[in-house]
Amino acid sequence: MEVIYMLIGFSLLVALIFLGLFFWAVRSGQFDDQYTPSMRVLFDQKSSDKKTNNQKHRDE
Amino acid sequence: MSQTVETISSEICYHCGEDCAEETIHYDDKAFCCNGCRSAYQLLDESGLCSYYDLDANPGINLKNTKHRARFDYLEDDEVIERIAEFRDKNRLSLSLYIPNIHCTSCVWLLENLQKLDSGVLQSSVNFLKRELSLLIDTDSTSLRDVVEQLVTIGYEPEIRLDKLDSKSESSHQNRSLWLKMGVAGFAFGNIMLFSFPDYLDTTGSGLGGNFHIFFGALNILLAIPVLVYSSSDYLRSAFAAVKQGGVNLDVPISIGIVALFSRSVYEIVTMTGTGYMDSFTGLIFFLLIGKLVQQKTFHRLSFDRDYRSYLPIAVNVLDTQGREYSLSLDKLEPGQTLRLRNQELVPCDSTLQSEQAFLDYSFITGESEPISVSQGEKVFAGGRLIGRSAQLITEEKVTNSYLTKLWNHEAFQNNDKELKLTTFADRISPYFTMGVLGIAFASGFYWLQTSGMDSALSVFTAVLIIACPCALALSTPFTLGSALNVLSLNGLFVKNHLLIENLSKASAVVFDKTGTLTNSEASNIEFIGMTLTEDERNLVGTAAGNSIHPLSRKIADITSSTKELKPDTFHEVPGKGIFATIAGKSICMGSRHFISEQTTLYQDQIPEPDFIGSTVHLTIDNEYLGYFGIKTGLRSGISDLLNRLKETLRLFLISGDNEGQRQEFETYFSTNGSLLFNKKPEEKLDFITDLQKEGESVIMVGDGLNDAGALKKSDFGIALADDVSSFAPACDAILEGDSLNKLLSFIQFSQNSMKIIIASFVLSLLYNTVGLGFAITGHLSPLVAAVLMPLSSISVMVFTFFTTRYFAHKGGLAIWK
Repeated sequence: MEVIYMLIGFSLLVALIFLGLFFWAVRSGQFDDQYTPSMRVLFDQKSSDKKTNNQKHRDE
Repeated sequence: MSQTVETISSEICYHCGEDCAEETIHYDDKAFCCNGCRSAYQLLDESGLCSYYDLDANPGINLKNTKHRARFDYLEDDEVIERIAEFRDKNRLSLSLYIPNIHCTSCVWLLENLQKLDSGVLQSSVNFLKRELSLLIDTDSTSLRDVVEQLVTIGYEPEIRLDKLDSKSESSHQNRSLWLKMGVAGFAFGNIMLFSFPDYLDTTGSGLGGNFHIFFGALNILLAIPVLVYSSSDYLRSAFAAVKQGGVNLDVPISIGIVALFSRSVYEIVTMTGTGYMDSFTGLIFFLLIGKLVQQKTFHRLSFDRDYRSYLPIAVNVLDTQGREYSLSLDKLEPGQTLRLRNQELVPCDSTLQSEQAFLDYSFITGESEPISVSQGEKVFAGGRLIGRSAQLITEEKVTNSYLTKLWNHEAFQNNDKELKLTTFADRISPYFTMGVLGIAFASGFYWLQTSGMDSALSVFTAVLIIACPCALALSTPFTLGSALNVLSLNGLFVKNHLLIENLSKASAVVFDKTGTLTNSEASNIEFIGMTLTEDERNLVGTAAGNSIHPLSRKIADITSSTKELKPDTFHEVPGKGIFATIAGKSICMGSRHFISEQTTLYQDQIPEPDFIGSTVHLTIDNEYLGYFGIKTGLRSGISDLLNRLKETLRLFLISGDNEGQRQEFETYFSTNGSLLFNKKPEEKLDFITDLQKEGESVIMVGDGLNDAGALKKSDFGIALADDVSSFAPACDAILEGDSLNKLLSFIQFSQNSMKIIIASFVLSLLYNTVGLGFAITGHLSPLVAAVLMPLSSISVMVFTFFTTRYFAHKGGLAIWK
C-alpha cells in the first residue's frame, strides 16, 4: 500500500503543473477576453498566394 | 470591370446588405448601393481580403450616410499622439481605438488582417465585447493618421474623444486576480475531496493504515492554507474593516464561518481526533468566488460614466493669425482663438459666430427638436452640432467653463457613487443573522458544557458556527440579480450594476424627456396636404429642397421621392424663411406664408392658414398655390400604449427643453395638473427630480441627451435611451435600446419579482441552515454531513434563482433566450 505515497505525490505534482499553467494562462491575458477567440476559430488560415473564393469565381 | 448606374432596382448591396433603393452600382458582377461600398469592396478585393464576405453575408458597413468625413489632422500632432498612445518609442507605437461599428465575425477578421491593407501595421487584435482594436504600428513605414483614415475608408471609423487624452486604457486586470483566487480554491477543493473520500467510505475506521491518516491530514492542511490566506482574503479583509468601523455586513458571519472551519479542522487533524472539514472549507470559498465572478459581470461595450468629455472631439481646427489652419487639442484651447468648424462638427466651447450665418443642432444639449439659425456676432454654445456650410467661430470660454460643462460642477456629480449607498437585503439582515448565530452557538455550547464537558461544548460551538456560515445566503443576491441582469440585457435594458435593480423595483414615479426619448426624429411624420403632385412637380420640389441645407428641406426632399436629378437655373434661400428656385423654366417657392407672399404674386390671404399641429412649409409652383407640407415629430412605436398602462400604477411626468409646440399631443397621456413641463434648462430638470424625491417618490428618469445628464444622475434609476447602444449616452444607471422603451413596465414588474425571488431564496438557504443546525446542536455534524450540505445548499440556490427568474421573465412577456 505504501506505493500510494508515491502515486499521490505524482498526482499532486501533475495537478500543480496544471495549476501553474492556469496561472500562466490568466496572467497572459487569456481570460480577459472570453468572446473574441470564439470568433477567431471561424477564420480560415489561407496562405496569401492562394486565391480567395472570389477571385476563383471570377476566373472560371 | 464595367460600372453602370441604374435608377430603379431592388438589388441588395454586396457589401452592406441594404436595399439598393436609390441607385445600384454594378462592379465586378456585384451590386453596390453607393460608391463608398463599392470602393471598400475594391480595396478589399485588391488586397486579397475577400474572405471578409465569406464569413458573414453582407458584413460591410453602409457608407452612404457618411457624407462628411471626419478630419484626422490632429493625428499628425506629436503631442496628441503621445497622449493617446499606450506605448511609444522611436518607431513603434501601440494604442487601442474604440470602434463602435464592429459587429460581426467578418469585422474581427478584417481588422485583424489590417497588415494586408497597410504593411506598417505590425499587430492588430480586436476585443469584440469592448469594440476595441489594439494596434502596434511601425511609424517608419506608416503614420497613425494613415491607418485611421484607412479604417474610415473601409467603414470602421474609430471614436476618438476628449476623454481619451491622457487616459491610459484602464487595465482589464482586476478580474485576473479573481480568476486566480478561484483557480487556487478549485484546485484545493478537488484535491482535498479526493483525499477525504477514503475516510468517508471507511466507516469502521480499520481500512486505512494509521500513517495514511496523518499523510492525508497533512496534505489537506497544506492545500488549505493558500485558500485561507489568498482565496478568502477579500472576505476576511472586508469583515475586519466592517467590524473595525462598528458595522456588520454579510462578510462578517462568512468570515466567522471560515475561521471556525479552518481552525477546527486543523485542531482535529493535529490532535488526530477527526478528519476535519477542509473539503467543506475549500468548497465554500470556491462557490463564494463563483458568486463574486457572476457579480462582476459587466457590459464591456457600454460605458455608463460618460460626461461631456466623451462627447466632445479630441481636437479642433484653429486658424492662426495668418489664416493657416492647424489642429489643437481641446484642453489647450484659450478664449479668443478662431476656430473653423465643418458640417456635423461639434462646437467645443462657448463662442461667437464670425461667419455670416450658421445652423446649429442643439437637440442633444437642450432638447430642442429643430436646428436653429445663428447669425454673425451671436453666441454659440458648446455641444451644438454645426449643420451645413462650414463656419468660423471665436472662442469665448475655455472648454471647462462652458455652459454645457458647468452642469458637471453641480453637486449631484460630486458624490457620484450611487452604488456605494446601495445595500443589499443580505447586508441589512446580517447584523441580526450574526447575532442569532452567535446566540445559538453560545447557548448550545453552554448546554453541552453543563452536560458533557469542555470538549463536546467546543465541538458543538464550532459546529454551529460552521454550519450557519451563510454561504447560500451570500450567493442568493448575486445569483438572482445576475440572472435578472442577463434577462434584462436580452431584452435591451443594460443595467450598470446588479444592485441597482432594487431601485428599479421601487419606482413610484417616471419622468420622461421628450425630444429623442418619447419622440424620434427619424420617425417624424411628414405629409403633403393639398393638391396631388404630378411626377414632374415632385421632381421640381425634390430638386429645390435638395439644394437647401435647412433640416425641413431635407425632410421634404426625402419624401418627394424624385426620380430625376434636375439642375436648378437659379436658387435663392432666405435662412429661416424659405427657398425660391427656377428649374426647367418653372419657378418654385417654398416657405412660410409671409415669405411666399413676398416672393410671388400671391397675397398672404390667398394662402390658407393651415390647421395643423407642427411645422408647415407652403408650396407654390409658377405662382400657383398647391398646398403645404406638415411635419410632425413622431412618437416612438408603442409609446401611447406604454404611457396609458404606466399611468395606472405610477405618477408620470414629462420634462422637456423644447417649446410647448406639442403640449396638446401629450396632454392625453399625462395628467394635466403640472406634469407637463416645457422650456426647462438642464439644472431645472435636476431640481425637479430633487423636489420629487423630497416628496418621497422614487424616481425613474428616462432621457437621452446631455441636457438630461443631471436628472439622470440625480434620479434613483436613470435610464439613458439610445438607438445605438454603443453610441454616446450620458452618465446613467442603465442604457435602454430605443426599440425596447415600450417594455418599460414589464421591466419594472420583472425587477419587483426579482426582489421576491431573493427573499424566497433566502428562505431556502435558511432552511438548509436550520437542518444543519439540527445536526450541529445535537453534536452529530460529521465532516461528511458538512461536505454534502454545503455544496448542496449553494447549488440549489443557484438552480432555484436561475429558473425562477426566467419563469417570471417569461410570464412577464420578456425574452429569455437569445
